[in-house]
Amino acid sequence: MSVNDLFKQELKVINLGLESFYDDLTRQGVPAIQVQWKPAAGGDQKMASLLGRLKSSK
Amino acid sequence: MIKTIIRENAYYDSVTLMLISREMKKLEGVEEVLAGMGTDLNLDLVKMLDMFLPELEKVTPNDLFIAAKFDESKVSMDDLLASFEAQLNSKKEAHAGQYQPPTLRSALKLMPDARLAQISIPGQYAADEAENALRKGLHVMLFSDNVALEDELRLKKLAVEKGLLMMGPDCGTAIINGVPLCFANAVRRGRIGLVGASGTGTQEITVRIHQLGEGLSQVIGTGGRDLKEEIGGLMMIQGIQALLADPETEVIVLVSKPPAPSVEKKIYGLLAGAEKPVVIDFIGGQAESVKKAGAIPCLSLEDAARKAVAVLREEEPVDFDGFDLPPEEIDRLVREALARLKPDQKYLRAFYTGGTLADEAIKYLGAEHLIYSNIPLTPDRAWDKLEGRAGHICLDLGEDQFTRGRPHPMIDPMTRTEFFDAWLDQSTALVLVDVVLGYGSHEDPASAVAESIEKARRKLQASGRDLAVVASITGTDQDPQDLEKSKKVLEEAGVLVMPSNAQAVRLADRIMKAAGI
Repeated sequence: MSVNDLFKQELKVINLGLESFYDDLTRQGVPAIQVQWKPAAGGDQKMASLLGRLKSSK
Repeated sequence: MIKTIIRENAYYDSVTLMLISREMKKLEGVEEVLAGMGTDLNLDLVKMLDMFLPELEKVTPNDLFIAAKFDESKVSMDDLLASFEAQLNSKKEAHAGQYQPPTLRSALKLMPDARLAQISIPGQYAADEAENALRKGLHVMLFSDNVALEDELRLKKLAVEKGLLMMGPDCGTAIINGVPLCFANAVRRGRIGLVGASGTGTQEITVRIHQLGEGLSQVIGTGGRDLKEEIGGLMMIQGIQALLADPETEVIVLVSKPPAPSVEKKIYGLLAGAEKPVVIDFIGGQAESVKKAGAIPCLSLEDAARKAVAVLREEEPVDFDGFDLPPEEIDRLVREALARLKPDQKYLRAFYTGGTLADEAIKYLGAEHLIYSNIPLTPDRAWDKLEGRAGHICLDLGEDQFTRGRPHPMIDPMTRTEFFDAWLDQSTALVLVDVVLGYGSHEDPASAVAESIEKARRKLQASGRDLAVVASITGTDQDPQDLEKSKKVLEEAGVLVMPSNAQAVRLADRIMKAAGI
């Protein structure tokens, strides 16, 4: 979807991270979903990067 | 007594934990407390605070810890834990009944027509999630910082290839389809479109456009590094192209620190055939080249707003470097400020929460005054070179050096409050501050400033002294904070509230010159 198509449609947002940003959106009636995000592989960066590579090669 | 509690595999975002830590610190008998995820940064902080215990050796960034130093005759670790739980529960209650999926993929299953991912997770994980979102066809607003430059380039190239927006990393402000994202003000919709590489710069311009009676079609953020040579202005260009093609946008505003020469050339090339007027504030530079490119250069963020509104109304865009108030009223304000001061009160203390606003202040005041800063005009004016506090300072308190392990001062006024407490003394003549309202910002930053000023005044009263204080508010009547109340609270504390940062800075300059400091 191009940027100009985005301008024509209702903005619906997926929020990863600070919940206060999600709260601000819902307070304004903007459809939004908060992801219960956690670091992949228990925060082990080497493992996370390996997992990331596996995922992107799918 | 020093104690630590660890909870494995419990993840909470950093702002939540920092705000909870601050509340726990208010308990009687608590000397220091830090609730955080087991990242290297947080563990370094624990060491710095002398609270590191051996059990912290094994924590991972996926584990929560609470480290505390306290007087056990007054408070216990159980009390701290109870306070932690109570605050967490009150947050959970606010989200009761809302299912929060664990991944972007599962979120997209619930909301298949989602258009944009707003990402503010820790920087080291942010690029992967942003790429994930782009590959799923989502536009991205990436608030996180500490993302590698090569990752930024890769993400932006991917976004351009897919025709998507990749706003950020380190993008604080955007307004898409009228929806303020992250730190943005509530402004009416209208016919001016903006692409900004400067967060609070963008906020200031959009707020002034709103106050002048016009509105914004789209506000696209790029992140602060977009106009560097390495990134090549990929998102600025993508944004300009989108606004040129957008039928709702009649005038385009660009705001950024001066771009790399090659990027500047690309932008001007793009504007050559533009049928819409373009107003450019490359803060502190390149007015002649902007003119040559057929665009309209600006003197300040406020001037950018005024010129955009003028050309929209088919009026002549004239330079504005004065005041809204008549000259005699400004003279009166200067006299009023001087009347508060004794001859040995000599120094400016400018404490900013907004980076671009601080930058604008330093560039203006630094031209005629010797201003020390953490973002100095020249290296010899770095604020750590200031000896015995004998000189003017203007600080951007949102810079990394002041925000380690604590929220940005726009979210939590604590950092600035501490600077007020430590720096406002008998030698202080003039205080200059910004008060930034809007989504993302603290619920009442004006009261925090007013309280600090009143406290400093009480401290100085003993020696028969007072302070001159100048402020501006970056906020609108539609922001979640109350603009009128914010102004009133400041004025009641004896603060001269000016209509823009540029005017506040000019008034500060006038007061400094009149006081001979």
